[in-house]
Amino acid sequence: MDKTIKKMIAALAVLTVLVPLGLLATGETFGEWGAEEVREKLGYVPRGIESLGSIWSAPIPDYSFPGAETFAESALAYIASAIIGVVICAGLLYMIGKKLTAGRSD
Amino acid sequence: MHIPDGYLGPYTIVATWLIMIPIWVYSARRLGRELRSRQVPLLALSAAFSFVIMMFNVPIPGGSTGHAVGGAIIGIVLGPWAAVISISVALVLQALMFGDGGITAIAANCFNMAVLMPFSAYYVYKIVSGNSEVTSGRRTIAAAIAGYVSLTLAAAMTGFMFGIQPLLHKDAAGYPLYMPYGLNVALPAMIIEHVFGFSFLEAIVTALIFAYVQKADPSLLSHGRPSRA
Repeated sequence: MDKTIKKMIAALAVLTVLVPLGLLATGETFGEWGAEEVREKLGYVPRGIESLGSIWSAPIPDYSFPGAETFAESALAYIASAIIGVVICAGLLYMIGKKLTAGRSD
Repeated sequence: MHIPDGYLGPYTIVATWLIMIPIWVYSARRLGRELRSRQVPLLALSAAFSFVIMMFNVPIPGGSTGHAVGGAIIGIVLGPWAAVISISVALVLQALMFGDGGITAIAANCFNMAVLMPFSAYYVYKIVSGNSEVTSGRRTIAAAIAGYVSLTLAAAMTGFMFGIQPLLHKDAAGYPLYMPYGLNVALPAMIIEHVFGFSFLEAIVTALIFAYVQKADPSLLSHGRPSRA
């Protein structure tokens, strides 16, 4: 593996460990409110948000584990989520890429 | 910028899936034809990088938080078709595993962040770069501008998708069924927080990585296999 790629992997590893910095930002994101936040804003919840909003139960909602309450616990869950994301994204595309370029020498 | 479930009505959901399915199929074909074997590790890293960079929420004045996407640098270095696949994988995983972005909105979110973004970045970079050397400072600036413009466009399109919902779907009493805020609110909200905030972040991220690649291995910046038509 060439040097540039090795350095990029190292940089990605550092970023992965530093993700809890992203938890320090508190505040809302436009259009990503939960049903309760919408109720606070409008006094009601649009029917579609109410019915479709919980159509999918993600296994690790909001990059957090049940019971993670302190910052340290949330930070660990966030790092673990980042690791899961990195491993699956990189692993999947590496396999796809290898398959697509099989037999190519460049 | 990850649209959740419940914010887009059926028209927009169906339309975005109908647009995205052929784009995914065609992107996969282009990737298969043009990907060089030495780009494979880079392709794998790019999706992982995009996934991680989106976890760095940053506050801006006014109480809003957001993040960079990494879509511009991926579009510039790997080409926009590869970027479609790479960023889509990250977005699909975020939706399915972490509930970040709705599953019904996967196509909409992929259109904004995995198509519009890398393509606009790629062309802005090409135009601003002109015939300059691959290692020139002009190209670094071109990458920064591409990052800034492309995230702003993706945000504007997200605002547009949000904003048309009250026009498309109301109940009998006139209440919106999905995203309640119209274009007059959603469009400026999405554009302003990016123009004055998050798009600068994308510009910096794009320029930093681009400058590193220029220095470390500029051969990575010459694009994929010439496609045989």
